Amino acid sequence: MDQIFEYAPAPESRSVVSLRDTYEPFIDGAFTPAATGEYLTTANPADEEPLARVAVSGAADVDRAVAAARRAFDTVWGPMPGRERGKYLFRIARILQERSRELAVLESLDNGKPIKETRDVDLPLVAAHFFYYAGWADKLEHAGFGPRPRPLGVAAQIIPWNFPLLMLAWKIAPALATGNTVVLKPAETTPLTALVFAEICQEADLPPGVVNILPGAGETGRALVAHPGTDKVAFTGSTEVGREIARAVAGTDRRVSLELGGKGANIVYDDAALDQAVEGIVSGIFFNQGHVCCAGSRLLVQESIAEELLPRLRARIERLRLGDPLDKNTDIGAINSAAQLDRIRDLARSGADEGAEGWSPACELPERGYWFPPTVFTGVTQAHRIAREEIFGPVLSVLTFRTPEEAVAKANNTPYGLSAGVWTEKGSRMLWTAERLRAGVVWSNTFNKFDPASPFGGYKESGYGREGGRHGLEAYLG
Amino acid sequence: MPDSAFAPETAASNASLRAFLHGLPGVDEVGARARAADLSTRSIKTTAKARAIDLAIRMVDLTTLEGADTPGKVRALSAKAVHPDPADPSVPRVAAVCVYSDLVGVAVEALAGSGVKVASVATAFPAGRAPLSAKLTDTRRAVADGAAEIDMVIDRGAFLAGDYRKVHDEIIAVKEACGDAHLKVILETGELATYDNVRRASWLAIHAGADFIKTSTGKVAPAATLPVTLIMLEAVRDHHAATGRRVGVKPAGGIRTTKDAVRNLVLVNEVAGPAWLDPDLFRLGASSLLNDLLMQRTRLTTGTYPGPDYYTLD
Repeated sequence: MDQIFEYAPAPESRSVVSLRDTYEPFIDGAFTPAATGEYLTTANPADEEPLARVAVSGAADVDRAVAAARRAFDTVWGPMPGRERGKYLFRIARILQERSRELAVLESLDNGKPIKETRDVDLPLVAAHFFYYAGWADKLEHAGFGPRPRPLGVAAQIIPWNFPLLMLAWKIAPALATGNTVVLKPAETTPLTALVFAEICQEADLPPGVVNILPGAGETGRALVAHPGTDKVAFTGSTEVGREIARAVAGTDRRVSLELGGKGANIVYDDAALDQAVEGIVSGIFFNQGHVCCAGSRLLVQESIAEELLPRLRARIERLRLGDPLDKNTDIGAINSAAQLDRIRDLARSGADEGAEGWSPACELPERGYWFPPTVFTGVTQAHRIAREEIFGPVLSVLTFRTPEEAVAKANNTPYGLSAGVWTEKGSRMLWTAERLRAGVVWSNTFNKFDPASPFGGYKESGYGREGGRHGLEAYLG
Repeated sequence: MPDSAFAPETAASNASLRAFLHGLPGVDEVGARARAADLSTRSIKTTAKARAIDLAIRMVDLTTLEGADTPGKVRALSAKAVHPDPADPSVPRVAAVCVYSDLVGVAVEALAGSGVKVASVATAFPAGRAPLSAKLTDTRRAVADGAAEIDMVIDRGAFLAGDYRKVHDEIIAVKEACGDAHLKVILETGELATYDNVRRASWLAIHAGADFIKTSTGKVAPAATLPVTLIMLEAVRDHHAATGRRVGVKPAGGIRTTKDAVRNLVLVNEVAGPAWLDPDLFRLGASSLLNDLLMQRTRLTTGTYPGPDYYTLD
């Protein structure tokens, strides 16, 4: 054995998850067959094995769900005192904690992300989000939105596949805390944890109709967004679909909040704490295989330290362990779908075609499933597609800058404005830079850190509205 | 006198040493802690755990540093160092036995021909508060009695006061007094206050000729923490990249369980690299750790835990 100390496989057990063969929409407190009679198969992206058949909800299902949500809003949830609503949310949060191992494994199976992340990041944040908003439920009059803030009514919510259960928490927890009822559509490739969440709503005795879950694909989402019976549309996903939603809702009195794409800049000044900056660059782009809207996909490094930083970064990336998402030592899991893998491949190819230099560590990709190695492009210019378009994969574009003004100009030179990171040991330069960045989140000497108390959202084409924190209540109050 | 790795003009004054040490990249404390915590979630099981336990045993500097130490206790410890588990000859011997300098002769006699080295703390351990002449006498005596390794302490008072030259020159003088004996330089990181200082003290010791940099005396809390060991491993890694010379690292104090030891090995593996997974470049300064390693080793081979009473207390 040439490796003195090679880690043996340490797989998390799948036995905590009991999958059903078939999942139906959750409407009015019960799982009821979809009117369409259609099903799609959700598979494990790490090995392409099917996991379950999941109903495709259609227009009739949307009608039923919206009607159930309206009824629940009018008769139970809207009139209920905040402190009573809070009790339900606390109960849901506790059940989420109790079932966190099961949900972490299920999320890794359905999404392909490593168990280390679902266990240590996704699930703790999911529970924390419910706990946080449970605390607001009886204090809304003190939130700064007037003496008697009112819920909007029925919220249509559409979430992406990158953090399935966490995005559900970001949507449902504030909506319920403020007295709204919801109809939520999980992503086509990752519906399973949302459907287990529906079971948790039953377990918590949540009144029927308060939460409705409609699995399906794009058509289901369109039907839900177009439904006149909803008062609010909340969407997290691509800028392209976000535009479509904004158009669909334009001219109605329905409210919209959108959390869309990003092309985050991670600015490393020459006086940065280098080892920690390297960690931040790695977690900025390789966390969740880069399937992160706020990923630090553009590294802007001051030219005087580029030569010192890049070998350290490459050496660090060589230590990343890619493979079985359920292995507790895996750092990089599978790409979520064949379609996403195609998109990443296409953009990576364009990087090479346009003259940037690509590099990946020597790492063996599993034969089955969807995989893409961590990749770093150097020699990237602002004009390259890989510097402008959101790749949503483990691909980092490295650019250099000479002055702080140039760093800010390059960081802001994007249609997006979701996130940025700044690395410097000098406080005044940190503040100077953060002040000038047009991004909803600016991380100071860290990256990809989340907290339910902290608002999150974008500038420009990264969307509007904020989720999380006190600000997150506003999206659901009238 | 052995040469400093600093250019003469750098070593010449506190100002020039300060310019070098404070020009090193800073350490972000939150980030360093997060990295160490992340690495400590590595799951080391079955075959990997078995290899890690044997490697950890081979890296132990079995230590007794009490005022009440006796020749008898040192002989007992030495016997244990050679055959950690008398019932199981497949258990490897430890790296060294570490004692106070007046007991070096006893340990040398007890360990003759065993392959286990004798290490001695010296230089007015643990406080380091003595005139340089006393520190050098202490060191020379230990080496003359047969110590193959000297664990010296730096003058933390001088370091914190910015008198880097004093710290540097003392290390050089002790290194010279060591002759062929290996020098481990104890930074006593629990007294250095910041991770930036841990990095600076590491580089200072490395440039002054340390063969090993060591976290702690074990007499000050906190002793060896994972973030501190991480930062010291980064220093030896970067120094190797710059010069090609490999310096060892020894966390000491507070490493009591197999889990602690394995976490340290994971740090070594993923921060400095597999080349450091060798008793010549990484040691664990410990006393009670060995029994836990033996217990876990027996657990892996037989499937049951023998009680603690089956292992000698020292």
